[in-house]
Amino acid sequence: MTMAGPGGAGGARVQIEGVHKAFGLDGRSTPALIDVSLEVQAAELLCLLGPSGCGKSTLLNIVAGFIPPTRGRVRVDGAPIAGPGPERGVVFQEYALFPWLTVAQNVEFGPRLMGVPAARRREVVARYLDMVGLSEHATKFPVQLSGGMKQRVAIARALANNPSIVLMDEPFGALDAQTREVMQEELSRIQRVEHKTIVFVTHSIREAVYLADRIVVMTSSPGRVKDVFTIKLPEARDRFAAEFTRYESEITRVVKEEVAKVRE
Amino acid sequence: MIRAAALAGALTAWALVAYGGRALGLVNPVLMPTPGEVVEVAGTLARDGSLAQHLAVSSLRIAEGFGLAAAAALGLGLLVAVYTPARLMLEPVIEFVRPIPPLAFLPMFLVWFGLGETSKVAFIAYTTFFPMFIGIAAGLGRVDVMLLRAAASLGASRRELLRRVALPAALPSIVVALRLGFGLAIFVIVGAEFMGADAGLGNLIMEGRVFFNPAQIVMGALLLGLLGSLVNGLLQAAERRVLRWRALG
Repeated sequence: MTMAGPGGAGGARVQIEGVHKAFGLDGRSTPALIDVSLEVQAAELLCLLGPSGCGKSTLLNIVAGFIPPTRGRVRVDGAPIAGPGPERGVVFQEYALFPWLTVAQNVEFGPRLMGVPAARRREVVARYLDMVGLSEHATKFPVQLSGGMKQRVAIARALANNPSIVLMDEPFGALDAQTREVMQEELSRIQRVEHKTIVFVTHSIREAVYLADRIVVMTSSPGRVKDVFTIKLPEARDRFAAEFTRYESEITRVVKEEVAKVRE
Repeated sequence: MIRAAALAGALTAWALVAYGGRALGLVNPVLMPTPGEVVEVAGTLARDGSLAQHLAVSSLRIAEGFGLAAAAALGLGLLVAVYTPARLMLEPVIEFVRPIPPLAFLPMFLVWFGLGETSKVAFIAYTTFFPMFIGIAAGLGRVDVMLLRAAASLGASRRELLRRVALPAALPSIVVALRLGFGLAIFVIVGAEFMGADAGLGNLIMEGRVFFNPAQIVMGALLLGLLGSLVNGLLQAAERRVLRWRALG
């Protein structure tokens, strides 16, 4: 069994082994994922990239434990997963904040479930709200926040629970273009401090090149692993650097083949 | 302000029709009691203490019947939400019984529970249970699956999902269901007290009919309306307090 210590180097954090997923409709079943095998290394930010309907969110939902695979298995730190668990934090596209709780109460939701004492919880909330720049808004309710602010709260909520893996399902997909870039920069900055193991689902090539250590390009319906790119760019990235653009066009070509296939 | 003005307007209209119609000989005085007559009846009944007693008897029946039904609706609503076999078993039974007008069963309640308090309380509980149960079960069933997933991936157990996510998320529907149920309790108490009751506002109205005292009928009706709006106001205030976060957006 491969057991990597928290934040430790070496060994895969997440092992996805021969995962198939089919969704049944009236006895007929449509394959969504076919034989996906992947490993996510510790402290790595891995992007799952592909056109809509390529099953990348389905794969993330399987890793999160929200839905079971039809075949194959997922192991986290060597142990097979059974349902959702606090060691795998999730950030959703639609934020999924608890609307009846304040920003601070949302962030401390996980630590409270774990029985973390109140004084320690206050420290945790203060730290992560500061990290996402929302200290001034601790007592507000989600309805009072903009989309970008809501997603910052959701990220703070996931991180405050100290998960060893963070799963992000198109987290910036509902934001406007400017806010989206700001959020990417924030996440990149946070990751340079926190060194989390992150699986990040997106259909934006620029976003993937900006954030990822590795990019897994998936084929469209049914989803398979088409190609894997290792991004060798500095941690703080420049979207206009020649190297950045080169990765972008190279991956664009690969993704376009898939988009064209869907059209046919 | 508008509410107060509307109430004053309705009262004025009533006074105009009752007094004016009488002065002009257009309205048979027996058919349209005046506000003065209604107040007079209320005064007479209040002085000998019987009004307070009728009011107390009705209020207690409503409180007990509504309380029982609310507790049952909440309990079964939760059960149905968390345990699918219970939902599959309960739903068809409830959907079959629910459309039957409760008044059709009123005679059976008298046979089963006698002429005393039990039959009234049981009848109110029976009538108010269905709309409350359906509202609560639907509210719990509609909880956003994303919120449940978010909580589960933060480490919430099934029990915590229910307590910390499903219940607060369904609270708006639960409060609406309770208000609906209470309104219905006021609605059916009259029917329950028409038959075989010796006290209560419904009984007072029935007595007004038997002894041909329209002022007493109107007074009983107005008191029920007052009781209903009073409790509805309280429930609405509680709703605003609990759902403070919604008003901020």
